[in-house]
Amino acid sequence: MEVIMSQLFAGLSLGSVLLLAALGLALTFGQMGVINMAHGEFMLAGAYTAYVMQGIFADAGVSLMLSLVVGFLVGGTLGLLLEMTLIHRMYDRPLDTLLVTWGVALVLQQAARNIFGAPNVDVRAPEWLKGAVDILGLAVPRTRLFIIALAIACVVVLALVLKLTPLGRRIRAVVQNRSLAEASGISTKATDRLTFFIGSGLASIAGVALTLLGSIGPTLGTNYIVDAFLVVVVGGIGQIKGAVIAAFALGILQATIEYSTTASIAKVLVFVAIVAFLQARPQGLVSVRQRGIA
Amino acid sequence: MTALGLLTRPGRARTLAGFALAAVVLFAVAPVVLSDFRLNLLAKFLCLAMVAVGIGLAWGRGGMLTLGQGVFFGLGAYIMAMHLKLADAGPGGVPDFMTLYGTGEVPGWWEPLRSAPVALAAIVVVPCALAAILGYAVFTRRVRGAYFAILSQALAAAFAILLVGQQKVTGGTNGLNGFRSFFGYDLTDPVNKRMIFFVVAGVLLVMVAIVRQLMVSRFGELLVAVRDQENRVRFLGYDPALVKVVAYVVAAGMAAIGGALFVPVVGIISPADVGVVPSIAFLVGVAIGGRATLLGPVLGAVAVSWAQTSLSESFPSGWIYVQGALFIVVVAFLPGGLASLVGKLRRTPPQASPTPPPGPSGPPAAPRAAAVTGAATATATTAAPGAPTAPVPTVRAATGGHDD
Repeated sequence: MEVIMSQLFAGLSLGSVLLLAALGLALTFGQMGVINMAHGEFMLAGAYTAYVMQGIFADAGVSLMLSLVVGFLVGGTLGLLLEMTLIHRMYDRPLDTLLVTWGVALVLQQAARNIFGAPNVDVRAPEWLKGAVDILGLAVPRTRLFIIALAIACVVVLALVLKLTPLGRRIRAVVQNRSLAEASGISTKATDRLTFFIGSGLASIAGVALTLLGSIGPTLGTNYIVDAFLVVVVGGIGQIKGAVIAAFALGILQATIEYSTTASIAKVLVFVAIVAFLQARPQGLVSVRQRGIA
Repeated sequence: MTALGLLTRPGRARTLAGFALAAVVLFAVAPVVLSDFRLNLLAKFLCLAMVAVGIGLAWGRGGMLTLGQGVFFGLGAYIMAMHLKLADAGPGGVPDFMTLYGTGEVPGWWEPLRSAPVALAAIVVVPCALAAILGYAVFTRRVRGAYFAILSQALAAAFAILLVGQQKVTGGTNGLNGFRSFFGYDLTDPVNKRMIFFVVAGVLLVMVAIVRQLMVSRFGELLVAVRDQENRVRFLGYDPALVKVVAYVVAAGMAAIGGALFVPVVGIISPADVGVVPSIAFLVGVAIGGRATLLGPVLGAVAVSWAQTSLSESFPSGWIYVQGALFIVVVAFLPGGLASLVGKLRRTPPQASPTPPPGPSGPPAAPRAAAVTGAATATATTAAPGAPTAPVPTVRAATGGHDD
């Protein structure tokens, strides 16, 4: 029982990290169809924002909370710049967007290396996140709980924004039928930009959260980008729901296999499982529309 | 399909001449002009160019953006390296790193690679089989475009993690290195290094010839058709998945052979050569040279590797900026690669030569239009799928315009 609980929690914890990393992608890739390989570097921007903020604010708690806000703006701005300079001219060439944003990722990563140095740096966790809480006889680190809560909060806020606000309505309209949305007076250009801003900002929030789990270095983004994309592919495009289920499913799967084998074998087995899963459901877990005439 | 037309009829003599020229440059000029060190470097570039030839076929012609060629490159390389390690250890011997990290026993699945013929066959068979299985699984379910690209990248990530994790049998992060001989030839002897260069150059020429034949064949036309309008090909009664699998397997085989030859040339293979980052780096040269052309990927890959080596010597961190900038500039603004510029130049002279360029108020419409259509035809064969102009109402509506 205890083993199952601890594995389940490890899976939830990993899943929440994956979810945070993939949530922005679910917007930019899932909703807009843009494959942004620089997404990981937007996470990096968030992580280094937290690093810079702790130098400005002495109190780690204040610094962390402000980092979440400032990081969102920093990442969002980077994303907006990327959309306005490069991506907007390539909406009809998704595969080329992948390569162009990979180039952007390389440049950003090297810039981070030159600015902050190649060695990893640490961000202090606030006092109230240190130690562990006892849940059903399991010692659960507070930072992990915080990340799970943050992931849930992000999902809820994003879902509410998409569902209730005029902006969310516009985003959904553009996703469902771009030309009709445009014909009814929605500025698809502005909507694209705002969507991309939010998606990139979410990446940076994920980056801030990752600073609680360990040291951060210039390759942080590369470590998460592949997994984040897999979450969106498995989850299916068009709905946030799919990404949420997929993130936790992959997290629990990875943690469970890891328990009985090793981390590297688990990675491979999860990949095999994903390919097998796509055999059954090529469109992913949840999908609003068919891609192609299957 | 102007590029195809160019290659078939009037191109035969020119192609032969091109091959002759390449052979002379590689076999006669390069060994004389270059020092042993530079020649070995060129051999390394040519190995990377082999991967590029395959990518040109799969991505440029077939539209499959494969971000995981490092896996096939790595499989070929590791199989070769394992054989060389076992051969160095002698009959029944144990490779040095195994006694260092592991139990000092050779695992069962290493044993067959002691035999040179088995190892040579495995270099081609194992990666091709993996590509065939994965490709068949993925393409028959119509997973394509970005989804395929992400899956292939995930494969590269998983492969590299596996190699690092299984240090006892793969050498871990250090990889496999310190080879003393290559099928009985001493690797420290410069003469043997030269011989390996000739082998590499010869293999590359053969590969280019194979891809050329594939491109001008019926299969090549089908592949381009699948890239541009997969559903139409399906309606005509072909199986697009099969066409894609073949191209993917050929690309994998070429990457594997490139990897296998990379090992004796460079003397080390490690996870750093096969993971996500190197896998995607293979694409730079292909994109620059012209992804859908025959020679573009080869020349692009050699040029990029050469630029990387010479830049890294003087500015270690500068290369990454250059590489990033190349991706951005070439893919965003010159999707046909440098080859499309050549095509543009070749088509414009008839219009450009008779009259001097008119002033801005003059009638510039004709030459400019010609230049534009020239560019359009040049990119038509290279642009990403989705480029075809004829409407296919049901298909486009169903895919919502953001199809692969």
